[in-house]
Amino acid sequence: MSSAQAAGKAQTTSKSAAAIDKARAEGRAALIGYLPAGYPTVEQTIAAGIALAENGADLIEIGIPYSDPVMDGQVIQAATTEALANGFHVRQVFDVVEGITSKTDAAVLVMTYWNPVVRMGVDEFSRRLAEAGGAGLITPDLIPDEAAEWFEASDKYGLDRVFLVAPSSTAERMQRTVDASRGFVYAVSIMGVTGARTSVSSAAKDVVSAAHAAGAERVCVGLGVSTAGQVREIAAYAEGVIVGTALVAAVRDGGVDAVAALTKDLSTGLARETGHAGEEA
Amino acid sequence: MAHAPSGNADNNATDAFLQGGSLRHAPGPYFGSFGGRWMPESLIAALDELEETFDKARNDPDFRAQIADLNKNYSGRPSLLTEAKRFSEHAGGVRVFLKREDLNHTGSHKINNVLGQALLAKRMGKTRIIAETGAGQHGVASATAAALLGLECVVYMGAEDCRRQALNVARMELLGATVIPVTSGSQTLKDAINDALRDWVANVSNTHYLLGTAAGAHPFPAMVRYFHEVIGEEARAQILEQVGRLPDAVCACIGGGSNAIGIFHGFLDDPSVRIYGFEAGGDGVETGRHAATITLGKPGVLHGARSYLMQDDDGQTIESHSISAGLDYPGVGPEHSYLSDIGRVSYEPITDSEAMEAFRILCRTEGIIPAIESAHALAGGIKVGQRLAAEAAESGGTAADKIIIINLSGRGDKDVATAAEWFDLLDKDSAESEIGKEGEQL
Repeated sequence: MSSAQAAGKAQTTSKSAAAIDKARAEGRAALIGYLPAGYPTVEQTIAAGIALAENGADLIEIGIPYSDPVMDGQVIQAATTEALANGFHVRQVFDVVEGITSKTDAAVLVMTYWNPVVRMGVDEFSRRLAEAGGAGLITPDLIPDEAAEWFEASDKYGLDRVFLVAPSSTAERMQRTVDASRGFVYAVSIMGVTGARTSVSSAAKDVVSAAHAAGAERVCVGLGVSTAGQVREIAAYAEGVIVGTALVAAVRDGGVDAVAALTKDLSTGLARETGHAGEEA
Repeated sequence: MAHAPSGNADNNATDAFLQGGSLRHAPGPYFGSFGGRWMPESLIAALDELEETFDKARNDPDFRAQIADLNKNYSGRPSLLTEAKRFSEHAGGVRVFLKREDLNHTGSHKINNVLGQALLAKRMGKTRIIAETGAGQHGVASATAAALLGLECVVYMGAEDCRRQALNVARMELLGATVIPVTSGSQTLKDAINDALRDWVANVSNTHYLLGTAAGAHPFPAMVRYFHEVIGEEARAQILEQVGRLPDAVCACIGGGSNAIGIFHGFLDDPSVRIYGFEAGGDGVETGRHAATITLGKPGVLHGARSYLMQDDDGQTIESHSISAGLDYPGVGPEHSYLSDIGRVSYEPITDSEAMEAFRILCRTEGIIPAIESAHALAGGIKVGQRLAAEAAESGGTAADKIIIINLSGRGDKDVATAAEWFDLLDKDSAESEIGKEGEQL
């Protein structure tokens, strides 16, 4: 791996880093919203993605529905199962990415379990993602140890590679993962799967600190974040906040309008009120 | 990378093998290009801890003594090697020996692995084990080990499997385990593994995931094999003692592949021994309704390892089908994928019908009711025996000069309802008939 490109340490052309830096320049954390592709349809995912961008999301994470999503809780499982039942195909994720990047300035990443990428071919998947205007990949079940092909393809096509770090990551693994990442590092807030939780684990702040100490300039926190209060709490110590399950529930319960309203509300928590994190949490 | 075509492995051992390299005790994480750790970062620390604990334990005389004591005085090892003289008439007249894992406590080979892993869980200071199960055999074995060693036990089981294996659910509960029906995804074994992994991520500080087969992320494939190696070590010593030479062939059934890798391991470095793994061919591999992962799958990553995998063009896992719940899994252990690619082991499909015919033959000729999983190995053994007999005839010898060992991985008590329905032995309105109908899609 190239340490010059590690975790945005050097100036890069990383679309994700640029989006996070733009938010930072505005005195706030970046908001990253997750939507599963094809839920309930490809067209509605594109519309919801545009609504996300227009209402305050800086980055958008498009999930590929997969038959065995071991890191996802019930809300996202139900959505991706429905997307698959509705006939979603992996290649359509590029239509979603292009549909959003052609209409907005948001950086659009794809979140995917690794087997669909393996099946298409890592190089071909990467080429098509880059052609669609995608920023990179978030890979919940790919660790740097197994990512040789992805390093090569992400360098070749200029894509961000967002690996996860967790409360259980040792110092050695933290360093390795931070060095391997580009764009940002995804800090898992809790030992568990996706799903809204009433409070943000105190472990999240420690994970972010450890990632910063390992040299990461951009660390975004995900898992269990669903309210503006939680966003505000995290925005005090991380460069970005990732919301997934709450947005999926919004799609389910109220469609694009509900996504727009929730995004607007979540974005009120992004501003950094120095030293007063979590007042309204 | 092409699969070894059926039957072609017989004379084509691997380059490494021909060059004198050993295939035994492969340490992982990789078996050729297979294996590895395709897992969330959250679980890597736990896998590291497990690997370290396992490495220390297997080099610790106290641990080995503990395993040996449990194997002998709890499981009932060594399991017998029984010559099946009347059965052999159906296998071309070659001499057939059955490795009797069905005689172990809890009725299958599964006990070897669960005792080993439960001891490791205790060494790591974990107080809770979780397990997945299809038909219930591994769940019952896990519940047994947990009861013996004083651990909390939670078993994930597809909701559909819970319904059609209600008695095994009761067995696990009698042993003190909690059974959680899995309603996500396709509600089968692979989804039970998914839910067990989700539980493990959330509870890894006090919980060990006691995976039931030689698959998954490193160190599971090499570790589960280690605990089952006793099958092959015993079988090799027993055949040498009983007939004074190695067998011509060894046969086992393959789902994830734990009983198979256990018996194969004893013979991997014996070039004269042909090795066969029999996958579940379900309704026939041409129908799409099967679990013949190596025969028809393509390499992919699932549940932590790169291996052959039943998947569609999008990389979505395809649901497998088999009359045998224990073989009904769309993946396979990575070491088997490697042994197939290098041509050391031949993997072939056996249909439901072939397996049930072998099931019937063993019952009638030897007075042994096999697990339907093991019946796939018996059906394969019949084919291999007939081939060996033909070879013997061509070279002017007799079939009785040929010897095969079949791993009888489990007993068939759990399968009586399914078999009774298959052979139409039940009164139409009996309660058992209802159970049998629901037992499998027949």
